[in-house]
Amino acid sequence: MISLWTALLFIILAPFIGGLVSGIDRKVTARMQGRVGPPILQPFYDVGKLFEKENLVVTTTQNFYVLSYLVFIIVSGALFFAGGDMLLVIFAFTLAHIFLVLGGYASYSPYSFIGAERELIQIIAYEPMIILTAVGMYMVAGSFFVSDIAASSLPLIMYLPGVFIGFLMVLTIKLRKSPFDLSTSHHAHQELVKGVTTEFTGPSLAKIEIAHWYENVFLLGVIFLFFAFSIPLALAALVIAYLLEILIDNTFSRVKWQFTLRSAWIIAGMLGLVNLAVLYYLAGGLLP
Amino acid sequence: MIELAFLIIFPTIVAFLLLFISRGAFRDSVVKIAALVIGAGSVYLLIRYYNQGLVLFSAPFEPATEIMFGIELIIAVLLLYLGIRYRKYLAVVLVLFQTALLLLVELVLLSDAHPETNLFIDQFSLIMAMIIGIIGTLICVYSLGYMETYHTRHPEVKDRRRLYFFMVFVFLAAMFGLVFSNNLLWVFFFWEITTLCSFILIGYAETHEATNNAFLALEMNLLGGIAFAGALIYVLSVDPTGGLLEIENLLASGHAIALIPAVLLGFAGITKAALMPFSSWLVGAMVAPTPVSALLHSSTMVKAGVYIIVRFAPVLTGTPEGLIIGLIGGFTFLLASAIAISQSNAKKVLAYSTIANLGLIVACAGVGTYKLVWAAILLIIFHAIAKSLLFLCVGTVEHRIGSRNIEDMSGLIIRMPKLAVMMIVGIAGMFLAPFGMLISKWAAIEAFIEAQFGLIFVAILAFGGSLTVFFWSKWMGKILSFDPNAVGEEKSVKVEKWLVLYILTGLTVLICLIFPLISSTLIEPFVLAVYGQTARLSQDNLIIMAMMLFLLMIMPFSMLISGNNGKKVSAYMGGRPTSPDLKFAGSMGITRDVTLTNYYFNDMFGEKRLLMTGTALCFGLILLAGVILAGMIL
Repeated sequence: MISLWTALLFIILAPFIGGLVSGIDRKVTARMQGRVGPPILQPFYDVGKLFEKENLVVTTTQNFYVLSYLVFIIVSGALFFAGGDMLLVIFAFTLAHIFLVLGGYASYSPYSFIGAERELIQIIAYEPMIILTAVGMYMVAGSFFVSDIAASSLPLIMYLPGVFIGFLMVLTIKLRKSPFDLSTSHHAHQELVKGVTTEFTGPSLAKIEIAHWYENVFLLGVIFLFFAFSIPLALAALVIAYLLEILIDNTFSRVKWQFTLRSAWIIAGMLGLVNLAVLYYLAGGLLP
Repeated sequence: MIELAFLIIFPTIVAFLLLFISRGAFRDSVVKIAALVIGAGSVYLLIRYYNQGLVLFSAPFEPATEIMFGIELIIAVLLLYLGIRYRKYLAVVLVLFQTALLLLVELVLLSDAHPETNLFIDQFSLIMAMIIGIIGTLICVYSLGYMETYHTRHPEVKDRRRLYFFMVFVFLAAMFGLVFSNNLLWVFFFWEITTLCSFILIGYAETHEATNNAFLALEMNLLGGIAFAGALIYVLSVDPTGGLLEIENLLASGHAIALIPAVLLGFAGITKAALMPFSSWLVGAMVAPTPVSALLHSSTMVKAGVYIIVRFAPVLTGTPEGLIIGLIGGFTFLLASAIAISQSNAKKVLAYSTIANLGLIVACAGVGTYKLVWAAILLIIFHAIAKSLLFLCVGTVEHRIGSRNIEDMSGLIIRMPKLAVMMIVGIAGMFLAPFGMLISKWAAIEAFIEAQFGLIFVAILAFGGSLTVFFWSKWMGKILSFDPNAVGEEKSVKVEKWLVLYILTGLTVLICLIFPLISSTLIEPFVLAVYGQTARLSQDNLIIMAMMLFLLMIMPFSMLISGNNGKKVSAYMGGRPTSPDLKFAGSMGITRDVTLTNYYFNDMFGEKRLLMTGTALCFGLILLAGVILAGMIL
């Protein structure tokens, strides 16, 4: 069931795709704001330059946390693209983020400390919805394995519209888009300096950026699964979903963490759970 | 059978021996040797019986039952005396009521009952015996050093260590008896002994608070005891020959007969496992010395409660009553996890986490499909190890830094590096992949989806699981933050404490590696024997998890690779002037400390509000179950 080749392909290609997506993101954002914007390849130049800089740390253990964060993000993404168990992917994904949070705590800096707390709030805000997404996919496709879900001929999106909207909501949190960019932000207007990543510079920051690229490709992969029955439709859905996220990013201002947590849970409860409940009881429980 | 009898009788003998030893060094060696013998005995038991399935033994019923009856009466008199002395009249009434029920059972109903096979062993009993025999005795050894320090630090507490060690070993004996007894009457006897032991150990300090909390625990457990006695009466009135007193016969007798006693025992289990609305006794129990908490939370007491519910899971499965018991567990899991977020007292966080996990185990057992029972047993194992490690770590830290507040553990990784790492392993064991508890939660999610009304539980797990991530991670972060003011202070921890902590840390990691083996030799055969089918994790996932664990273990070595670790600078302080030890330097020579505290969200996850919700919700569910039960009996 597990395919090593696709995993390897993910490990090699994901940073390029993720970086490219990030470049396009910045270009589109700039155009929305009436700017010209940087070249599409700018994220690669940025990361390249970060690697040339000196690594400044408060404590050397930060290096360990950042490396672990990157490694486990890659592990969870690779496991996903290898067709592994969706729940295990989610747990590995959480583990990776715990490392980032611990990296934030480690430096005992006020900004990164609060950033770490907020990152944790974000984790508990999105995690239930992601688990419910996996459960929904299981209920339609009859398996937790990504390979089986992708091979399912049923159009998942038709069965799981509520779950999909809920997932888009947490995707906004995960992509660190406004209004939910609480712990750290791509934008300059951030009251916590750079939040959880404040104390990371140079190569460490570059690793975090690369991890973020990997993460984004993985998240887009989850969206793909909803439309896996038709590849053209899936690609269109990916583009539209991402453009929607950019639009949201540029039209909403940042909200408080209380609102983030409450709204994420309410949406997970209202849309995700109700969707699953309808599937569970009206459609006769498990589908073939 | 001799092994079973040995494991029950030997700790009892040691207990009485310890009651008469007041010399420290002699006591130390007796406890250590006894711990070694009991540990070795339970390992021998495992080797002897692991592949034999269910084995029944025809232990003599007559003299033993009469002796037990006598002891129960003595205990009742003792409790009555203490209840009157401390003016706890509720306890007095409960003791009287329970004793009346007991007299009814022993003198009227039991007259022509002659159960044959009173002892048994199967894989589940073996697992429980291993937990009691290894973790329980490790805690005993740890408490030698702990109690020494405890009494130097609390000179106001009377040194009653003879009573302490007597009670601890009686506790172990009673737990062995509880899991080896096939006769419900005997189970009840050992059940009452554990209630008594916890009552006395919680009240050890003899302060006003300790006494009150001890009586709270006693009262709640007596309620469970009354339900247990009710189950005995029902069983004996259905079958006066006493054949159904044997658990195996009762389980085989089918829903029509076994459901009512199973629900009554389930209620008893809920009180003992401290689920809502009875959770307050376990939280109150933290006034006891920390090893007692470790014992109550990991290998004894609460595990007796979940043991009995898991035993009767095959009867509960698919019934509305089972679903209600499961829901009580589920809501307890959700609400206790939320309450843990608002707590800064480390022992309280651990207590609420225990309550939450017991809730999860009961949720699994109440719904009771074969996959869920598999997950429940796995949870019992993992929880016992990681929780005992955490309690003992907190106990050691508390004695060094003089506080059990998580906020005071800031920078523990510098102050006590070894202890901090052990604590991290314990915490990771409670909620992170690829460690134990997470594996069982995962298995539970997969199993609940296929169960009736399982979606409710899946939702509870999804939300409750993320709450646990929050409170554990922020504790971890606090320990791991490099507080610039921290200095090393890890000296003077006793060798035997280290030894116990090392073993438990090693076990926490080891169990994650070998749990497939435990599953295939013990849990799967048990579930297969009871249900005719069994669950397991797929091979692929096991391999991936082993790889993750391996990766996690080699990652720290990346710190050792010499090379460019980076230039050290001080943390960013918003561009404001600071002193070298990172205090804000204000104008006119005023310096302001930097204090970083975790979020506790008291308005959202406050203890009072959520506890009220949980009590109301679970109490309502219990009433509902009671009404259904009354309808069935009448």
